Amino acid sequence: MRALRYWSTYIAVLPFLVPTASYAWNMPIGVTDVSGDIYRLHMTIFWICVAIGLLVFGAMFYSLFRYRHAKGAKAAHFHENTLVEVLWTAIPVLILVAMAVPATATLKQMYDPSDADLDVMITGQQWRWRYEYMGENVAFTSSLSTPRVQISGEEKRGETYLLDVDNPLVLPVNRKVRFLMTSDDVIHSWWVPELAVKQDAVPGFINENWVRINEPGIYRGQCAELCGMDHGFMPVVVHAIEEKAFDEWIAERKAAAEKEISGIDRDWKLAELMERGQATYEAICVSCHQPGGKGSPPAFPALAGNEQLIADQAWHLDRVINGVSGAAMPAFRDTLNPVEIAAVVTYTRNAWGNDTGDVVQPSVVAEQVDQ
Amino acid sequence: MAKLPPKSMPLHSTPAAADGQLNTHTALPKGVMRWVLTTNHKEIGTLYLLFSLSMFFVGGVFALVVRAELFQPGLQLIDPEFFNQMTTMHGLIMVFAAVMPAFTGLANWMIPLQIGAPDMALPRLNNFSFWLLPVAFTLLLSTLLMPGGGPNFGWTFYAPLSTTYAPASTTFFILAIHIAGISSILGAINIIATILNMRAPGMRLMDMPLFVWTWLITAFLLIAVMPVLAGVITMMLMDINFGTNFFNAAGGGDPVLFQHLFWFFGHPEVYIMILPAFGIVSAIIPTFARKPLFGYTSMVYATAAIALLSFLVWAHHMFLVGLPLVAELFFMYSTMLIAVPTGVKVFNWVTTLFRGSISFEPPMLFALAFVVLFTIGGFSGIMLAIAPADFQYHDTYFVVAHFHYVLVPGAIFAIMAGAYYWLPKWTGHYPNERLAQWHFWLSVIGVNLTFFPMHFAGLAGMPRRIPDYALQFADFNMVSSIGAFFFGTSQLLFVIVVVICVRGGKKAPAKAWEGAEDLEWSVPSPAPLHTFERPPKFERSTS
Amino acid sequence: METRQQEQEKAVKRTVVRSIAALIGMFAFAFSLIPLYDVFCQVTGLNGKVSKRAQQITHQDVDDSRYITVQFITRGSAGLPWQMDVATNQLRVNPGQVSEISFTFMNHSDQESLGRAVPSVSPSEASQYLRKINCFCFDEQKLKANEKLTLPLVFQVVRELPKDINTITLVYTLYPVDEKEVSIAHGYLGIKGEVI
Repeated sequence: MRALRYWSTYIAVLPFLVPTASYAWNMPIGVTDVSGDIYRLHMTIFWICVAIGLLVFGAMFYSLFRYRHAKGAKAAHFHENTLVEVLWTAIPVLILVAMAVPATATLKQMYDPSDADLDVMITGQQWRWRYEYMGENVAFTSSLSTPRVQISGEEKRGETYLLDVDNPLVLPVNRKVRFLMTSDDVIHSWWVPELAVKQDAVPGFINENWVRINEPGIYRGQCAELCGMDHGFMPVVVHAIEEKAFDEWIAERKAAAEKEISGIDRDWKLAELMERGQATYEAICVSCHQPGGKGSPPAFPALAGNEQLIADQAWHLDRVINGVSGAAMPAFRDTLNPVEIAAVVTYTRNAWGNDTGDVVQPSVVAEQVDQ
Repeated sequence: MAKLPPKSMPLHSTPAAADGQLNTHTALPKGVMRWVLTTNHKEIGTLYLLFSLSMFFVGGVFALVVRAELFQPGLQLIDPEFFNQMTTMHGLIMVFAAVMPAFTGLANWMIPLQIGAPDMALPRLNNFSFWLLPVAFTLLLSTLLMPGGGPNFGWTFYAPLSTTYAPASTTFFILAIHIAGISSILGAINIIATILNMRAPGMRLMDMPLFVWTWLITAFLLIAVMPVLAGVITMMLMDINFGTNFFNAAGGGDPVLFQHLFWFFGHPEVYIMILPAFGIVSAIIPTFARKPLFGYTSMVYATAAIALLSFLVWAHHMFLVGLPLVAELFFMYSTMLIAVPTGVKVFNWVTTLFRGSISFEPPMLFALAFVVLFTIGGFSGIMLAIAPADFQYHDTYFVVAHFHYVLVPGAIFAIMAGAYYWLPKWTGHYPNERLAQWHFWLSVIGVNLTFFPMHFAGLAGMPRRIPDYALQFADFNMVSSIGAFFFGTSQLLFVIVVVICVRGGKKAPAKAWEGAEDLEWSVPSPAPLHTFERPPKFERSTS
Repeated sequence: METRQQEQEKAVKRTVVRSIAALIGMFAFAFSLIPLYDVFCQVTGLNGKVSKRAQQITHQDVDDSRYITVQFITRGSAGLPWQMDVATNQLRVNPGQVSEISFTFMNHSDQESLGRAVPSVSPSEASQYLRKINCFCFDEQKLKANEKLTLPLVFQVVRELPKDINTITLVYTLYPVDEKEVSIAHGYLGIKGEVI
C-alpha cells in the first residue's frame, strides 16, 4: 500500500517509466517523524527544481524552435541588461532561502540531544554489525544470512536477497533509542532508509544518532560506506516490536546469556563444540576465510591445512581472542563469548582435514578473556 | 560600457603565420622522436588529447566491467575484490587521466591561438608535463597486476581503508598520483604564465575569450589544491611506510581528518573538471546563435565566484561523519549558494539563444545537450546540498547519478563539443556531419539510459560501490547496464569521425563557422605549426 | 620587438616564481592543517575530539539544580591482549562538580606489552565542557605479563554545558602500541611527553 503511495507522485511525471514491479521509485516516507519530514523536504525541493527546470528548459526550447537559422531567423545583438542580471541573481537567492528554512528546522530536529529510553551501541566490523544494548548486558553480532548458493546463482534468490541477517536488531516502538556508533576497523555507515538514520561508524571515534519508530515492522538497510571486499554484503535488519514484547524479548536474551555463561565450567564434548563452532564459523569467519577454510590470500590466510595453526593451539587461540593489529582479523574477546570462541577454535582445528583432535574447553578461554 | 567578447580583424595575422613556417627550425627530428621531443603547443595539445582519448576508453572498459557485473543480481563475472579495483580505477582514470588531460590538451592548442601568442610561455616544461602522464598512468595501471591487486578503496581513498587496510600496491598508487599531480601543477603554471604575459598587444584580461578566462581560474584552483592532494597522499605514504599516525586512530590520529583534507582538494577539483567546460560552451553557443554572449562580464564574475565558493563547501561530502549542527548548517548554506553563480551561467546561455539565429551543427548539439543535462545534474546537486535530505541520499546511486550527470554530459560532452568545434582548425577539414549527428544522438540516449535510472535506484535505497544488490534494484540496474554498453560502444563513432576528419573531408576555411569571432579563426585551417610569431594587432570591437 | 620579448620573458619568470611560492605555501598549508584542525576541534568540539592535555580545574559553584549523566564505555581492539574496565558504567553529576572514577587495565598475556587508550566524546559539542583534570588519555601504558593497573580519571562537567545536553558519553578504545613505532607524527601531533 505504501509503495503505491510513493510512486503515485512519480506517475504524474513519468507514466511511461512505471513497469509492473511492485517496488519503490522514490525515497520511503519511512516510519519515524524525522523520516517523514525528510521525505516532505525532499519532495518540496524536487518540485521546486522541476518548476525551475520547466521554466528554463521551456525558454530554451522555445528559442531553439523559434529562432532557427534554417527558418531565416535574424540574430538580434542585444547583450547585458543590469535589471535582468540583478533579478536572476536575487530570485534564486530568495528561492534558496525558502529551501533553507525547512531544511534547517529538520536538521535541528535530527540533532535533538534529549534523553533516550534505550542506548544501543553499534559497532561496524568487516563485514558485520555488532549491537550492544547498554546497561542490559545483551550483545550480539549480526551478519548476512543469505545463503552463498543464492549469491552464486545455484539457488533461486529469495525476496529479501542480501537483506537478511542471522540476528536482527530488535527495537521497541514509541521509545527514543539512542545509537552510539563506532567501528573496529575501517569506516562503515549504518543505514536504514525507513528510519532515515544513516551515520558513519568511525574507528576510534564515537558518533551519535537516534530514532523513535512509530510502526512495528521489519526494516532493512545496508552499509553505505565502502568498507572493503564485502561492503555489499553487510546488511542491517531492524525488527521494531511493541514495547511490551520488547521488554519480554530483552529479558529472554538476558536469561539466555546468563545461562550460556553458567555452562562455561562444565566439560564440553568434541561433537558439541564442533556443531556450535560450525555455526559460528559460518556466521562470522566465512566471509574472509571462505567456505572450507580456503581463505583468500594474501589478505585472508587459508585455515585448512594451515601449518602454524595446526602446530600451535595457543597461537591459534591468541589470534582469535586478540586479533591482529592493522589487519582484517578483529579481536573477538568482546564480541564472542567464551563458549563460542572455544567452539570455533575447536571446529577450525578439526574441520577440513586439520584433524588435530584438540578440544578447547570454554573454561580455558574464559581464563584468557575475563579478569 | 557595452562590451563584446574579443573580435579580431580576419586573417590579418596570416603573413605572420606564413613567416613562422618559413622560420621553422631546420633540424626537426623525424618520426617518433619528433613527438617525444616536441615543444610546440599544437603538437603537445594533440598528444594530450590523444592520451586522454585512449584513457577515456580504458576507464570506459573498467566501467563496463562494473556494469556487466551489475547487469543482474548475484555474482556472475568477477569477485567483489576485483569489482572494487574496477570502480576505483574507473574513477581515478576518468578524473586524472581522461577529463583533466583533455582540458589541458584543449588549453594547449587553443589558449595561444585565442590570445595571439606564438606558443605557451614555457614550451620545454610543457613537453615535460605531458610526458609525466604516460609514466604516471602506466604505473597506476600496473598495480592491477601486482600481488594483492590494485587500489580497491574507491577514487576517494578514505583512510584507514587506504592505509592500514590497503593492498601492498598502494605505495605505487601514491607515487602515480604524485606524478600526475606534478604534471597538472606544471601545466597550470604554464597556462597562468602564458595567459598573464603573452596576450596580443591591446588585449586586456576582460577582452579574453571565456575559455581562456575559465582556464585561468582553473589553473589558479589547480595551484591551490593540487599541493593539498600531494600533502594528503604524502601523509598516507608516511602512515603506510614510516609508522606515523596521521589518520590512524590507534596512534592518536584521525580518519575524519583525511576526509577534510581530501575534500579540501576534492571539491575544487570538481570545478577544475567543469569550469573549462563552461568556457567551451560559452564559445560555442554564441557562435551558432550568431549573437554575442549575453553577459560576458557576469560570466567571468560567476566563474570566479564559483571558484572562491569551492573552498568553503568541502564538508558537504561529509554530512554523515558526525559534524556538529553548526558545521552542517554552514556547509549546507554555502553549498546552496553555489547554485546562484551557476544559475547565472545557465540563464546567460539561454538568454544568448533568445532571438538568435540558431543552427545545429555537431558542436552546438553537444553544447545544448550540455546545458540541459548539466542543469539536471545541478538540480540533483541542490537536492544533495540539503543536509537532512542528504542523510538519505548520501553514498547511494542518487549521488552516482548526480556526479555522472555533471561529468559525462557535463564535462565530457563539453570536451566533445570543443573537439567538434575546433577540429576544422586542427585538421583543416570539417568532421563528417552525418556521423557526428549519429554520435551525438546515440550519446545522448546512452547517457540518459545509463544514468537516469540511477536516481531511482538511489532513492529506493541502493548504496554505491556494491558488486551485488537486492532484487528490488534489478530493473534499474539492467537498464543502466544496457545504457552503459550502448553509450560506450557509440563512443567508437567519435574515433571514426576524428580519423576520417584527419584524413580528409570538406575543406574548412580559416573562419570555419559563420558566427565564430575569436582570434583562432584568423589563422588558416589547418593552423600551421607556428602561428602568431609576430603578435597580431588585437582590436576591440565596440557596439 | 626585441625588448618586448625580453620584457615578456622577465614577466613569465616572475609569474613562475610567484606560482611556485604559492605552491610551496599550499603544500605547507596542507600539513599545517593538522595542528590547526586539532586546535579547531578542541575549540568547537568538532568530531568529539578530546583535549590531549590535562586541563586546569575551574573552581565553580556546583549547580545542584541540574544533573548530567556521564556514561563510560571501554572497548578493546585487535592485537592487544588486554582488558579495560571501568568501575561504574555511568555517573550522575552536577555541573561544576569534580568527580573521580577509576579504570583498570589487565594484561592477559604472558608477555609485556604497550597499549594506549584513545578517548572520544559524544555528543561532540559536549567535549569542550568535559574537563579532564587527571587522565591517562593518549598516554602509553606498559603492562607486564598478567599485570593489572588501576588509573583514576578526575573530571568536571563545567556549568557552561549547553542546556539541552543531559547525557555525555566518554568512550575509551584501547589500542596496541608498536614499540618500533616511529614518533614523527607523535612529536608533530604533540602527543608524546604529556604524561600526567
